[in-house]
This record gives sequence, C-alpha cells and structure tokens, in this order.
Amino acid sequence: MKRFLLFLLAIATSMAMAQDKQQVTVGSKKFTESYVLGNLAKRQLEKAGFDAQHKQGIGATSIVWQALKSGDIDLYPEYTGTISEEILKSPHPLTDDEITAALKPDGIGISKELGFDDTYALVMRKDQADQLGIHSISDLKGHSDLKIELSHEFLKRKDGWEPLCAKYGLNFPDVQGIDHGIAYTALKSKAIDLTDAYSTDAQIGQFNLTVLKDNLNFFPKYRALYLYRLNMPQKAVDAINALAGKIDEPLMIKMNVDAEKTKDFDHAAAIFFKEEKSVAKKSIWGDIAKNTARHLQLVGISMLLALIIGIPLGIWAAKPGLTSQMILGFTGMVQTIPSLALLALLVPLIGIQTGTAILALFLYSLLPIVRNTAAGLQSIPASFKESAEALGLEPFARLTQIYLPMASRTILAGVKTSVIINIGTATLAALIAQGGLGDPIIAGLALNDTGTILQGAIPAAVLALVAGWVFDLLDLALIPKGLRLNNQSA
Amino acid sequence: MIQLENISKNYGDNAALLPLSLAFAEGKTTALIGPSGCGKSTLLRLLMGLIKPSSGQVVFNGAPVPDWIQTRREMGYVVQDGGLFPHLTAQRNVGLMARHLKKPESQIQSKINELCELTRFPKDGLQRFPAELSGGQKQRLSLMRALMLEPQILLLDEPLGALDPMVRVQLQADLKEIFQRLKQTVIFVTHDLAEAGFLSDEIVLMNEGAIVQKGSLKDLQEKPASEFVTKFLSAQRSLVAL
Repeated sequence: MKRFLLFLLAIATSMAMAQDKQQVTVGSKKFTESYVLGNLAKRQLEKAGFDAQHKQGIGATSIVWQALKSGDIDLYPEYTGTISEEILKSPHPLTDDEITAALKPDGIGISKELGFDDTYALVMRKDQADQLGIHSISDLKGHSDLKIELSHEFLKRKDGWEPLCAKYGLNFPDVQGIDHGIAYTALKSKAIDLTDAYSTDAQIGQFNLTVLKDNLNFFPKYRALYLYRLNMPQKAVDAINALAGKIDEPLMIKMNVDAEKTKDFDHAAAIFFKEEKSVAKKSIWGDIAKNTARHLQLVGISMLLALIIGIPLGIWAAKPGLTSQMILGFTGMVQTIPSLALLALLVPLIGIQTGTAILALFLYSLLPIVRNTAAGLQSIPASFKESAEALGLEPFARLTQIYLPMASRTILAGVKTSVIINIGTATLAALIAQGGLGDPIIAGLALNDTGTILQGAIPAAVLALVAGWVFDLLDLALIPKGLRLNNQSA
Repeated sequence: MIQLENISKNYGDNAALLPLSLAFAEGKTTALIGPSGCGKSTLLRLLMGLIKPSSGQVVFNGAPVPDWIQTRREMGYVVQDGGLFPHLTAQRNVGLMARHLKKPESQIQSKINELCELTRFPKDGLQRFPAELSGGQKQRLSLMRALMLEPQILLLDEPLGALDPMVRVQLQADLKEIFQRLKQTVIFVTHDLAEAGFLSDEIVLMNEGAIVQKGSLKDLQEKPASEFVTKFLSAQRSLVAL
C-alpha cells in the first residue's frame, strides 16, 4: 500500500514537472499557408521555451474564431482584411489600432504584422486570358460565357463576389461554389475558367495562372499577423512579435511551394529559421493505422450514444401523436444541417474538442435509428399486439419480449444505415482538429495532392464496406430465425 | 362468473355497442353471433379489457376488475389467425407466460405435453416456428397457449374463421370434445350458425350493437324474438341448402 502511494506521488510529481513548461496551443485554418504559419509559430514558441501544440486545419473562420475566444487555442494566423470584414463585420477596412480596440472586449489581441499581404485575387489560365485579352477584372465585362466557380467562403463574404460584381459592373448569372483545393485542379483541367485564389498561393506559379489586376482596388489589404488571447504569457507574445516584418511575399510563396512539394508543413516552416530539416519520413501505413483507429473511436462512441438514446426515442416515437411528430421532425431536421454549419453551431457551446465531434456525429446518427425503430414497431400487425396484451404481459415485457424482437430486423437495418453514414461523416472531425481519416483528406485538399486525399478517402470507404458486411453477418446472428422464414401468419 | 353491467362502447359519434347487461353462465359455452359489425367482437374485447367501455363495467368473480394484467392471466384468448409470435418457436409461444411468471421448467414441460395430447398438436412440431406450421396446427397451438395457465374462462374470436372447410370440421369436433372435457366457461365469436349450434349451450344473437335474442338454437328457431331472428336463421339455412 505504501509503495503504491509512493508510486502515485511519483506520477503526480512527474506530471507537475511536465507542466512546468507552459503550454501554448496554436490553431490554423485549412489551407496551406495557414498550416505553414501555424507550424512556424509552434517552432518559434518552442524556441522560447514553451510546450507548443498545433491544432491544424480547423474548418472555417467562424469555427477557429470561436475556438480562440473559448480558449481552446491561444493563437492562430489571420489577415487584417478578414478580421475587419468577417470577425468585426465592419463595412470598411479597419486600421490596426481600431482592430486592437475592437477585439479587446473579447480578450483577444493582434501581433505585429508579419510583412506580407495575402489578398484575394481572381485567377485564370494564362493562355486563355491572353487569348481573350483579359488582364484586369474590368476586362471580364462581356465575357459572361466564362465558367466560374468560387470558394464557398468567397461567395458569401462581405468583401467577396457579389460586392465585387457590383463595383465592377459584372453580370455572371451562373456561379457555383467549389472547394478551394479542388478549384485549381478544375482550372487546370479546363473544367472551369476562373476562380478566386490567394495572392501567395503556390499553385499560381505551378499551374501557369494569371492574377487579374484589381484595377479598381476592390480587395482590401490582407496583411498577415497572429490573433492571440490577451491572457497568453507575455514571453509568448514577445516571441510572436519578434516575427514582425520578417516574412515577405517571396518568402511566403517559397514556403507554400515547399509545403506542397514535400507535403510537410513543418519542413516549409523550417525554411524561415534557415534550418536544414530532412523531410519527415512519414510512414503511410502508420498514419493510416493511427487515423483509422481514431476514426473508429469517434464512430464507436457516437454510435453507442446514438443506440442508447435513439432506440428509446424510436420507441417513444412509435406511438402516433404530437410527440412522435416532434421527435421524428427534430431528428430529420438535424440531418439536413450541413456538417460545417452544425460544427459552427456547436463550437461556441462546447469548444474545439473530441466531445464536439462526437456530439455532431451522434446527432447525425440518430435519424435512421429513431425512424427505423418507430417504423418497425408500427408495422407490427394489431392482432399480435392484441395477443400480447391478452396474455397478461406487462407493458415493458410486451416491448422487450414481443415487439422489439419482432421489429429487430428493421431496427438493425436502421443501425446499419446509421453506422455507414457515421463513418462517412466522421471525416468532419478533422475540421475541428480532432483527427481521424478526415485529416489527410483536408490536408490533401489544402496541398492539392490526390495521394494524400486518398490516404483518408480509401480507408474510409473500406471501413464503410466492411461495416456493411459485418451488419449482414449480424443479421444472420441476431435476428430470430422465425422472422427470416417466409412468414405467412403476419 | 363474468358479466357486463350496462356496458356500451362508442367510437366518436358511432355506437359500436349500445348499453347492455349480460351474464355468462359458469361451465357453459356461449356463442356470440350476428352479422359483421353487430358488435360481437367489440363485446369480446370489452370482456378482456382490451378496449375501454364508454360506460358501465365488467364484473369478474363478483367484483369490478381492479387490474386487467392480473385478470387476463385468468383468461385464455384465441384470435382468428392464432396471433402466434413469429420470432418464437411453438414451444416458446405456448410457454411464454409460464416462463415469464417463473414457473418451474419441469412443470411447464409436463403441462405442454398434456396440452399436446388434449389439442392433438404433434409433439415434433414444438420446435418449429409458426411460419412452418399449417393453419390447423396454428389454431391448436394458439389454443394450447390460451389453456397453459389453466384459465377460468376461455375466449375465442372466430377461432376457425381462416381455415379451409375440411380442417374446420375436424377442429369443430375436437373443440367440442375439449370444451366438454374441461367443463370450462367458454365464450366464442362466430358468424356461422351451424358452428354456434354445434359447439354452444347458449347463443347470443346480436344486431346493430344490441342483443336481439338469447337462448338455445332451438329457442331461436321455435320462438324467434323478432323478424330479424327469422331472417338471420333463414339466410344461414339457405346457405346450407346450396
């Protein structure tokens, strides 16, 4: 006993010692430059003696902003234009002083500027632009036959597509949304003719694209800096401010190109420190195993919850009436919320953590289970219900001994659908830095690298297939034999 | 032993059963008969508490029923299609309630054997699922399940309605023998006058939610209470004549 106490004491001491090094958590958004700047900040903070973590590839501005406000992360790279327009919702670009004052009530500050400007830009293939004589955004007038697809964020932004069209007097009736990572591939393969880009994107050079001149100065300046929590240790703030003015456009493009080439964001960040770093030899199989294990963990926990809550809800919903309509209506409505929107709703409430991903997956898994449980119970013919009642079984015994076994096949089919949906949807966990097979998919989209995307997409597809087979076997093992016979009495 | 006091049943504005009182004699077999929608099945469901009366009450062993779950265990019930649970074997269907009430397994087995002989259900069919049994076997099994807890009353809702005529005749004979051997109070619903006359001591003829006449088949034939009784009897007779 005494020895055990000493052992506990030793663990506690070592944990306390580990905590001597102050922890700082860096966040980043899901595009190459943000990943690189996240890694760069992590290295800088480690040099300053901090235990720095990097939660990378977080879904959208609103989600990463909520994560910063709630303290899930301490800092992340951002751009002045985005802060003015998206976070502070200001109708005009704000100065650094105005931004500092406006962010203070939220407990957030801005670092000094890093030294480069990453503004939005419209890009086309150079050969097509030359052929059509399009060099500036004004030149787009009269070319309404161009196929345009834009990133979802740019389409919705206050400094995005619609205000731009208004300022330049452009009229393109049919403009679709596309993922920023995919847009370059689409542009290269001539599936589209024009998309939005960031002026420091590596692909501009790689794919021989032309940046259309913003001749009316529509785009605000997007000067890069870090947003940080004001309660971050002063030493960490100093370390970040030491980066001020040290990264110009050519250096940033160089790091972006390196990241896309090596698929190693940390290798790219090392360029800034003029450090020789061999490209991390990633064991693909190790990564896949790690991501798959994490994926299964998220799916497993959320499915368990969905079963524990979904089946009773389905039983409740089997009785026709207002409650039934409300339960089915609610679970159906949840299913229609896009995953990014659901995360943006949940992050302010719970934060960036495993629980958020599990709650979202749980909500998406409910509908098939609830609906099939209710439908399975409702489809039991009245004569069986009457027989069960007439025998003198108590309501609970009727449910567990008669109704649920009779509905078991339908319920199991619902669980199967639910698991397959869940496996696909669990890739969204990566949007809030919770890992799983979505991690390589999002990183691959940012890197514009199909190989990396497939490292997540193929295992996820295989998991879904295997899950389908497992459920076919479960159907044989769990469903009472009498229900599988051609049932003439029903 | 069981009686209905001023009982009625309405579904919204529609009266399924007009207020009536009816007592069933102990140890006798009573047939409830009448055209479709006359209220005979409603009456049977009221007797088991499967539906709630709009007025009046059911009196069982001299007192209003306080707890239907307990009371139903004193009653055996057979529905038209047997109502056998498809996920349970024949054996499990019959022993369901006895096992639920934690009766000793040996007692359950000997009772099932005894009932197999009484109802002439083949013992090798006990391990089969309902879907693997013939229509007649299902009704015999359903009867076994109803008799398993040695109920005070046996209620049957068109027990032979879904069977083909050959099986039906055989089962009618077997049922009569069983009723006589058990000396039990039996109430059954049928729309077949010949069946009612063959199996029952007393016939209750119903029409439009009310009792038209109560008595033996002979009473109905010789002293019809109304023109409806004569019409009903002649309709059935002309069927036989065909």
